[in-house]
Parts: sequence; structure tokens; C-alpha cells
Amino acid sequence: MILWWIGDLVLLAVVLPVVVHLLRGVLGAAKSIVPSVQEIAKAAAAGSKDLDAAALLETTQDQVTKTVAGVANYGGSLDVILDDA
Amino acid sequence: MAPVLAFAAAGAVTILAVVLIVVALVFYLVSVIAQLRKITTGLDETIASVGEIVQKSAPVNDVVTTINQQLDAGVDLLEGLLVKKAGMRDAVGLVDGLYAGAAAAGFRNFPESPTTKAPRIGEVYTRGTLTLARLGREAPIAAGNPAGPALRDVERGSLAARQLYPEIRQTKPKSLARSPVIGTDAPVQYEQREDIGAPRKRLPGRVATAGPGTASSKQPRDD
Repeated sequence: MILWWIGDLVLLAVVLPVVVHLLRGVLGAAKSIVPSVQEIAKAAAAGSKDLDAAALLETTQDQVTKTVAGVANYGGSLDVILDDA
Repeated sequence: MAPVLAFAAAGAVTILAVVLIVVALVFYLVSVIAQLRKITTGLDETIASVGEIVQKSAPVNDVVTTINQQLDAGVDLLEGLLVKKAGMRDAVGLVDGLYAGAAAAGFRNFPESPTTKAPRIGEVYTRGTLTLARLGREAPIAAGNPAGPALRDVERGSLAARQLYPEIRQTKPKSLARSPVIGTDAPVQYEQREDIGAPRKRLPGRVATAGPGTASSKQPRDD
């Protein structure tokens, strides 16, 4: 009988606070992750939006190709009309 | 009766303790589950955005590589043309004149260019003159000797510049026309002017307008 009461006392005075403490720690850690994940999601969305201009690189590539071709034509003409050193 | 009540009381306390523990477990675990659901939602959004980033940035590498290759080809072309037309020394000097200190880096396709001593082209001619001299023989600086180098020799800069003008001294002739001899025994005598040494003539109008009381009439100036 006395051992049963001692068991009850241990259950209420030790086990219950320990369980509550551990569960509060897990909950606190889970809550601290949420803002970080939300910030990461915002940053990823912003990065994805910034890369919308990456499609314009195709146009840049075409312009560079045309420019270099024009420079090559001018260089060829200069090579013809100017004497070598 | 008393032992039964004692057992019942102890059992009730045990049940109460277990119930409290279960309630705490349920409360906190449900809260943790709710937080984990938020985390899952945020990670789903993140994964979607990262997927877009990967998709959008996939062709960037190839495009940038192609652009760099074409720009490299353009630079090689211009460097080769410049060295071919101006010569290594003048080409290095021209680049260094336009961009001070660039001669130290040299040209990419010419390993000897960094060690080439750059002439001070930029200190002799302006950028526009250099451009004209390089591009056409209509440029005054290059008109003197179209078959020769367009730029002047910086080490003998004054001679090269004088060659652009009519022949006088630049070819160092043996004799030049003598300077005229002046003086009373000069071989060429000019007619002597009568008014030299004589009093200056006064204008009639100035004498008429000057009154008897004026200072000019009292003390005539002989200047």
C-alpha cells in the first residue's frame, strides 16, 4: 500500500514534470523552425523571380553574335584598306 | 472498509496522474504536429521555388559560355588586326595611350607584348588624332608619308613632325639662304623716308578745335 502511494507520488512529482518539460522543448524547437522555413521560402521565391530576366540572355546572345559579326566585317574591311605594319 | 478506501484512493490518484500525463502528451504532441504541418507547407513552397530557379538557370551556363566564346573571338580578331596593322610596338603604345597601364597586361594572344616597351603615343597625340592616323591617310599626320608608319617616331618626334611641312631644315641641307644684312653698309639699301626724325605733323582739325585757354594750346605736346 505504501509503495503504491510512493509510486503515485513519483508519477505526479517526477514523471509528469519531466514529460511536460521534454514536450515543451520539442514544441519550442518546432516553433523556432517555422519562421526560418518561411524566410527560406520567401528568399527562394524572390530568387526565382529575379531569374525571370535569364530568358533575356537568349536575346543578349543573339546581339553579341551580331555585334561580333559586324566587328569581324569591319576588321576584314580594315585589313583590306590599310597597309600592314 | 478502511483498506478498501485506501486502495481506492491510491488507485484514483494513479488514474489521475496517468490522465494528466496523457493530457500533456496529447496537448504538446498536437501542437508539435501543427508546427510540423507549417514547416511542411513552407518547405513545399521552397521546393517549388527552387525548382523554378533550377529550371530558369539551366540554360544560363551554355548561353554565357557561348557569349564568352564569341567575345573572345572578337578580342582575338581586334588584337590581331591591331598588331598586324600597327606593329607590336605601336600597338602596345596605342593601347597604353588609350588605357594607361594596359601595356603591362599586354595582349592575350601575343606573349611578347607585356615585355614590349610601349612608346608614349598618348602623350604626343590626342586620341582623335591617333584614330585618324590609324584609320585613313586623309589624316594630316599620316599624309606626309603614306607608305610609312602612320605614327611619328616618338624618339625622334620633332624630326618626324617637321617632315610634314615644306622642306626647310629637316633634311639638314648643306647651306641655307643667308639672313639679310642690315645697316648702313648693307648690300640692299632702301629709300629713306623723309618723315623719319622730322616733327610729327599735326592734324588741322585738332589745331582748329583747340581753344586759346586749353592746356593743349598753352603747352603743345610734341608726342
